Amino acid sequence: MAARRISGVLHRSFSIRPLSSSIVSRGKTSNLDGKLRRFGTAAVLEEPITPSVRVNYTQLLIDGKFVDSASGKTFPTLDPRTGEVIAHIAEGDAEDINRAVSAARKAFDEGPWPKMTAYERSCILLRFADLIEKHNDDIAALETWDNGKTYEQAAKGEIPMLTRLFRYYAGWADKIHGLTVPADGPYHVQTLHEPIGVCGQIIPWNFPLLMFAWKVGPALACGNTIVLKTAEQTPLTALYVAQLLLEAGLPPGVLNIVSGFGPTAGAALASHMDVDKIAFTGSTETGKIVQELAAKSNLKPCTLELGGKSPFIICEDADIDEAVELAHFALFFNQGQCCCAGSRTFVHERVYDEFIEKSRARAQSRTVGDPFQQGIEQGPQIDSEQFQKILRYIKSGVESNATLECGGDRFGSKGFYIQPTVFSNVKDDMLIAQDEIFGPVQSILKFKETDDVIRRANATRYGLAAGVFTKNIDTANRLTRALRAGTIWVNCFDVFDAAIPFGGYKMSGIGREKGVYSLNNYLQVKAVVTALKNPAWL
Amino acid sequence: MLAVEDFSRAATRRKNSRNLGLTSLISQEIMAARRMSSLLSSSYAPALLRSLDRYSGRGTGITRFSTTAAALEEPIVPPVTVEYNKLLINGQFVDAASGKTFPTLDPRTGELITHVAEGDIEDVNRAVSAARKAFDEGPWPRMTAYERSRILYRFADLVEKHADEITALEVWDNGKPYDQAARHEIPLFIRLFRYYAGWADKIHGLTIQADGPYHVQTLHEPIGVAAQIIPWNFPLLIYAWKVGAALACGNTIVLKTAEQTPLSALYVSNLFHEAGLPPGVLNIVSGFGPSAGAALASHMEVDKLAFTGSTATGQIVLGLAAKSNLKPVTLELGGKSPFIVCEDANVDEAVELAHNALFYNQGQCCCAGSRTYVHEHVYDEFVEKAKTRALQRVVGDPFKEGVEQGPQIDSQQFKKILKYIRSGVENGATLETGGERFGSEGYYVQPTVFSNVQDNMLIAKDEIFGPVQSILKFKEIDEVIRRSNASQFGLAAGVFTQNLDTANTLTRALKAGTVWINCFDVFDAAIPIGGYKMSGHGREKGVYGLNSYLQVKAVVTHLKNPAWL
Repeated sequence: MAARRISGVLHRSFSIRPLSSSIVSRGKTSNLDGKLRRFGTAAVLEEPITPSVRVNYTQLLIDGKFVDSASGKTFPTLDPRTGEVIAHIAEGDAEDINRAVSAARKAFDEGPWPKMTAYERSCILLRFADLIEKHNDDIAALETWDNGKTYEQAAKGEIPMLTRLFRYYAGWADKIHGLTVPADGPYHVQTLHEPIGVCGQIIPWNFPLLMFAWKVGPALACGNTIVLKTAEQTPLTALYVAQLLLEAGLPPGVLNIVSGFGPTAGAALASHMDVDKIAFTGSTETGKIVQELAAKSNLKPCTLELGGKSPFIICEDADIDEAVELAHFALFFNQGQCCCAGSRTFVHERVYDEFIEKSRARAQSRTVGDPFQQGIEQGPQIDSEQFQKILRYIKSGVESNATLECGGDRFGSKGFYIQPTVFSNVKDDMLIAQDEIFGPVQSILKFKETDDVIRRANATRYGLAAGVFTKNIDTANRLTRALRAGTIWVNCFDVFDAAIPFGGYKMSGIGREKGVYSLNNYLQVKAVVTALKNPAWL
Repeated sequence: MLAVEDFSRAATRRKNSRNLGLTSLISQEIMAARRMSSLLSSSYAPALLRSLDRYSGRGTGITRFSTTAAALEEPIVPPVTVEYNKLLINGQFVDAASGKTFPTLDPRTGELITHVAEGDIEDVNRAVSAARKAFDEGPWPRMTAYERSRILYRFADLVEKHADEITALEVWDNGKPYDQAARHEIPLFIRLFRYYAGWADKIHGLTIQADGPYHVQTLHEPIGVAAQIIPWNFPLLIYAWKVGAALACGNTIVLKTAEQTPLSALYVSNLFHEAGLPPGVLNIVSGFGPSAGAALASHMEVDKLAFTGSTATGQIVLGLAAKSNLKPVTLELGGKSPFIVCEDANVDEAVELAHNALFYNQGQCCCAGSRTYVHEHVYDEFVEKAKTRALQRVVGDPFKEGVEQGPQIDSQQFKKILKYIRSGVENGATLETGGERFGSEGYYVQPTVFSNVQDNMLIAKDEIFGPVQSILKFKEIDEVIRRSNASQFGLAAGVFTQNLDTANTLTRALKAGTVWINCFDVFDAAIPIGGYKMSGHGREKGVYGLNSYLQVKAVVTHLKNPAWL
């Protein structure tokens, strides 16, 4: 039960108020112990809390060893609470990518990894999961320090989910079945699902370890080797857990980690002629570049998990209090830095006024502050660039005459904190209703007819996710089919179980991660046809 | 011994069988069909019943290429007229927006068959908007899967009814032997549509266990407007691979045919509408790659792209998809597939199979066995017999009975093949036979065999796409694995051995999407095909082919008071 409660924190405890087994969500309204800053006060933040963890790994991980970059260069990774340096990290570039790919190539072509039994691979992944569990709090602290997400979210939601995901994929390792196939003549036909080879994986900064798990988990379960490029904003935790993976028995060269930047290390990986597969999570614009580089080089297949502008639709029969809480969570979770954020809140006109009122109140009671502080719901944005971009979008919302219900400014005077911001009277043609803001800015739109909201919800280049809030089964079924999105959450949001596939329609991406579907990305299908002599049956 | 049969011996058997009674004739034909299934597929046995009388009363003037390089006789007049030469948009045959046309040529002579409406950007826009409307508003995705499957079945029946005209049209436009089209390809085309018709009402999603109070299911939805670009080597079979899968999943389509072979797709698509396909669901744009093809690949309203063709063009197509709206792309591209003859192989069988693996369809197969690796212990015997077999290959007018090899598709391919032959000679490979054009008219090339081919020669690396067999010698299994895999391609491989361990070792080690063991070119509907490495993305045919035309939607519903989790 405890495990279920903890692993549930990331998603379900936020979404089920009556059944809530939540640790965080209960705490956030009842356990304030006088230190929390509701954003309305806008007081100066206290001195940042010192993280209870040290940075042990700052080098690149190539062929099982931590090494400096070929150039000797480093880059600073910053604390989003203050903008100050946490550590200097070895900066990987094309030459480091070459070394990492050649280690991964050797580990795939000659190493023990694809040649050991699937059961042995699965045992290594299970041991890794146990080690994560053992170091849960250190890993959570490092994730919070580098990313700015709340410690409670990391420690009670994300890191347990990381463990959960690796146990899930460990279980898949020895269940990769091919098919035997009926033939039209005297042939014995079977398919083998083989590892694809060396996988390049490029992950973002918003959920550094969860994205690590979504990508590394299935690739390893299927017997591939990996070169992973982390985001330059958040290089620390991947290096930490990769060390644990080696400790768990992963052979050298199977997982290589190159910290660095997109235009250098990322582009080198996407263009590499010896990389057999690339998976990328990030913006749609960058996704297009990655796909092009893959096409121009060796046509490596590409999985993309990109941007979104997901509708959250509140029908007239919805329970307003639940809908307000869920819509709030759908947008503000992780400082609004979610690709599937419910960033267009469509509210039926009959409940619109009440909804606005309560959403504003909920946003105003959102606790913003040092993410290491207990009871905090919202930390700083990841960096100065995102921080500035979000403030620009807020200005654009005001200028295009949306009603600013609350927020609209930075929070405090240090770091990258932003006030929880709510706009009402948002129109479809405003930038804040079209672009991915990736920040704590809720845009509320009014609708009248179901047909109308379907059309408007689908009128976007994105199609990552959608939320539907209704008690009516016909409305739920109708919206579920009509919405062109890879995930539909009905009366819930951000439920991210390991077994639920995730990915985009339209320009939100190509392919699916998690679940049985994710394995396809990391397998080649080989049809084997053998002539039969004197077969007993066909 | 059912698996391997000499092509010409099978042809002889068919001729002889004309003198038998009907019952034994039918069973002989079915047996023959099964034997020949290593060439393409064994799926068409029932269709053979219908095609028997086609062979009575034909001439016997077969020209073996070695006997004489004399001028071919006057081309046989095809028993069909061209009825459809316009674009098919929204259920109507229409002229191109520009009014332009292009000629489609008879590969036997290089002469004009007919002028065909030439689609360009504006036509692609019209076709996409018809397909968009048919998907967003039309009855097609809204009818039951059973109704869609009935339309596909009716279409298969109509193709069967018109098989003779369709076959003649395919042969006329493409130059492939009539026997091959009539006995393999058109029956397999019908087989493929019946296969996909059966899938239409069997597209299952999953229900999924959740970690908490949620009901989780996946819906496998049609992806929307699918653009499909098909090549000229198997105009109708590749049509079936693409159209069959897309329609079974409920999508709508804009199909661009190859400019060399626009005719048969227009003919059968008309039958599709007769079968009840709603207008706009399948639109056909004849035209060229850089204009119509590029417009499709770049189109912002196209949700999915599938392309079969060269690797170089595949890279361009994928680049255009990435730059426009990131539509997912399936690619079925080039190959340089190894055919490995081990020392324990039955050499006569291996020679015949390797011959067909390369020369089938004038060598114009993406999965042609174009690197024939032969173990040194049997190498000399193999080369001698392969040369003899190629010398016996019957080249001539593809409408003539008993002809095994017709002309290449067009002047460009013809010249390219001759260039590669020259390159083989210049590199010091031994030209065992052939090496020149055949006759003086059209695009016929002599069946050509090179021995002593080395891995670094162009003819061992590039896709020649013509009747040029390259034979290479090997000694060790490890060595042939390494050499086979040292290619940018990974489409298919053939393995010829009696030893189970050798078969298993090679099967796992070869990096290729299909491994044929003691057979080759078995193309059943249920067998997935597709490439490793730069031979492509994704799989066509089989259950795997459906994934290319479906979006996965995860639906997560909050449960109140669930009885179980």
